[in-house]
Amino acid sequence: MKRLTLFLPLVLALAVGLFLAAGIGKDPTELESALIGKPVPEFSLENLREPDQTLDQSLFHGQVSLLNVWAEWCPACWDEHEDLMWLANEKGVRIIGLNYKDQRENAFRFLGRLGDPYQTIIFDPRGSLGFDLGVYGAPETFVIDAEGIVRYRHVGVVNERVWEEILLPVINRAEGNS
Amino acid sequence: MRFMLIILAALWVFAATAQAEAPEFYDFDTQVEEQRFRNLNAELRCPKCQNQNIADSNAPISKDMRDQVYVMMQSGATDDEIVGALVDRFGEFVKYKPPVDSRTIVLWGFPFIAVFGGLLIVAGVVLRSRKQNPESALSPEEQARVKRMLTDKDPSSRS
Repeated sequence: MKRLTLFLPLVLALAVGLFLAAGIGKDPTELESALIGKPVPEFSLENLREPDQTLDQSLFHGQVSLLNVWAEWCPACWDEHEDLMWLANEKGVRIIGLNYKDQRENAFRFLGRLGDPYQTIIFDPRGSLGFDLGVYGAPETFVIDAEGIVRYRHVGVVNERVWEEILLPVINRAEGNS
Repeated sequence: MRFMLIILAALWVFAATAQAEAPEFYDFDTQVEEQRFRNLNAELRCPKCQNQNIADSNAPISKDMRDQVYVMMQSGATDDEIVGALVDRFGEFVKYKPPVDSRTIVLWGFPFIAVFGGLLIVAGVVLRSRKQNPESALSPEEQARVKRMLTDKDPSSRS
């Protein structure tokens, strides 16, 4: 009995060590979206390319899509754009853009320089849909299933590794279910 | 002296412009409402800057959240409704005080567990030391010897 209690510090140290080790490599700035499992919030916003056309949440019905939140003023959005082009052109992914707190001219300049991977772009100059989606820093990318339910939210740039390891499995699962 | 005055004036101007950089004036009918707005902003956490509340943070998202708090207050929402609306969008993360539920019970219970455990350890140590040290650890002969040593001041005459 007495000898066993001598091991108590070791056990405690191991427990604390395991607890702390579990936190290593986790990015505390990446938060899970509160909307996972819930439908895309209702919205009524202009189409960036065709200002007379109003878009709403039915845009997401019928097919799994990525919703990419971007803006011309967001440096990381410039970084990830090439990868979005690759996803749209090589992988045939349906990407919906959410142009977040941006100006039309700037958005067009951005797309003119880097290319346009988006099937449709929602124009959200005041960030109202962004706010309802809980966007706290562009770029963010949501996986939305064919029923318009949010399945996943990735904060930060999308690249080949994020696509292979995170987004693709979620998309496959979303496609399997619907 | 004049130099000092110039520096002071420069500092004063700088302080004034630094304050003017965040011009947010939310209008309230009563002081009570204004205080309520401050309290709400102080207990909501900015999702972008991690360890600032939305009252302290300059992040655009915090401004949006303050605006939302203000708009909802003006439309007569309760504190719970306002906090709930933000939690629905940004998750439990925005609350500095997590609710007591199955996931957070360890977090809330830990201070009590720690204090109770500490008391148990202290009690154990005290009880054990009492058991091991009966009134006197010395035999009568030893005690007599100690007495002799203490009263006898000259060490050379010790037997």
